[in-house]
Amino acid sequence: MSKHEVTVTVNGEQQTREVEARTLLVHFIREDLDLTGTHIGCDSTHCGACTVLLDGTAVKSCTVFAVQANGKELQTIEGMAQNGTLHPLQEGFWEKHGLQCGYCTPGMIMSASYLLSRNPNPGEDEIREAIAGNLCRCTGYNKIVEAVQYAAEKMQDQEEEVAA
Amino acid sequence: MITGKFDYYAPSSLPEAVALLQEHGYDAKILAGGQSLIPAMRYRLAMAPVLIDINEIEGLGYIRESDGVLSIGAMTREAALEDSDVVRTRYPMLADATAVIADPLVRNRATVGGNLAHADPANDHPAVMLAYNAELVALGPNGTRTMAIDDFFTGLFETALENNEILTEIRIPAPAAGNGEAYIKVERKVGDYAVSAIAARLTVEGNRCTAARIGLTNVSPTPMRARGAEQALVGQELNDEVIEAAGQAAAAECDPSADLRGSVDYKRDLTRVLTKRAIRKALARAQGGE
Repeated sequence: MSKHEVTVTVNGEQQTREVEARTLLVHFIREDLDLTGTHIGCDSTHCGACTVLLDGTAVKSCTVFAVQANGKELQTIEGMAQNGTLHPLQEGFWEKHGLQCGYCTPGMIMSASYLLSRNPNPGEDEIREAIAGNLCRCTGYNKIVEAVQYAAEKMQDQEEEVAA
Repeated sequence: MITGKFDYYAPSSLPEAVALLQEHGYDAKILAGGQSLIPAMRYRLAMAPVLIDINEIEGLGYIRESDGVLSIGAMTREAALEDSDVVRTRYPMLADATAVIADPLVRNRATVGGNLAHADPANDHPAVMLAYNAELVALGPNGTRTMAIDDFFTGLFETALENNEILTEIRIPAPAAGNGEAYIKVERKVGDYAVSAIAARLTVEGNRCTAARIGLTNVSPTPMRARGAEQALVGQELNDEVIEAAGQAAAAECDPSADLRGSVDYKRDLTRVLTKRAIRKALARAQGGE
């Protein structure tokens, strides 16, 4: 069972590693790329703590093989902040207390990022549906929804500023 | 857990993929969305020494309606079905079902072809395609062949696909006049498999049912039609007694297993209730309401 060379553009930077075919993308991210912001919260594809953006689409990285990411773009939580400035979603989770233990948070933010990329002004129901694949044991989800609403508003304001 | 070791190929064309299947025989499995296969492999419930990843083959995902048929490429992601206007407006049973498959993240990878080929009785599409009387198209070393959905599910995790064939397309007959359809699923929580779920496609004239196909999810080892329920409806005015009779028939003919989702009795009675709800919703849609 041979090794495979995998080249992935990770948070804008091209990375190449050798992996076994069976290496899960989440293990590749955490162990081969040393990006431990992406979490493993279950063994059953349920919890979504491992959520990342693969070619811009939110996926559970525990249920994708690393070899399947070859030639693709990967964004993890580490890629959200730009030049030391928090992404509006990160700021929202801070301002609105959208986390307690923080374990689900990277996954929540990546899922929310995908939502906002397709729907910049989601209603509450749409936010709750979009994060349905991300489980949180601490918050009861309400503050998470508020955090996403905060981010949506801030990102819309930023859009309007740029346009002006 | 992690999967066992396997050899991995990512062909860029269907003929290449079929040739690989031929070469490796029973050692090989197709990797589509992977949202059923990878978890099964991680639990060591499934294993294949060779995985043939068909995600890099272009042109396998599409949704096209023409000449009275909705053609769906086997690699169409569930999320694409969810986003499709033609599915939402003209095939609401399919839209109902797609929206309750797992969760949005899984739906970004999972494919309708994989859902059918995996033939897990807990999957949602088998019952839906049974209700649609869909046709399935497969490509093998000897070319293409078409299978009727009634012949497709042959056992637990077993289909009529040969080991060297790849499911390529699903064909659904367009709605006829008087068509009404619905998929009703009860799950313990978002993302769960069904405790029970019913797919119902009816043809009605006024209040009278002239055709019915009903599929059941996760209440039998093999995806099944509720033929007794169908027979209770066809030719009848869809009043309370007739609908109740159909529900009772579905409850009697299903074969659920007791598990954490419920006892046999509970699942049977839920099947009775959901069959009635699906019939009523299908009827309402046929009559122009929701």
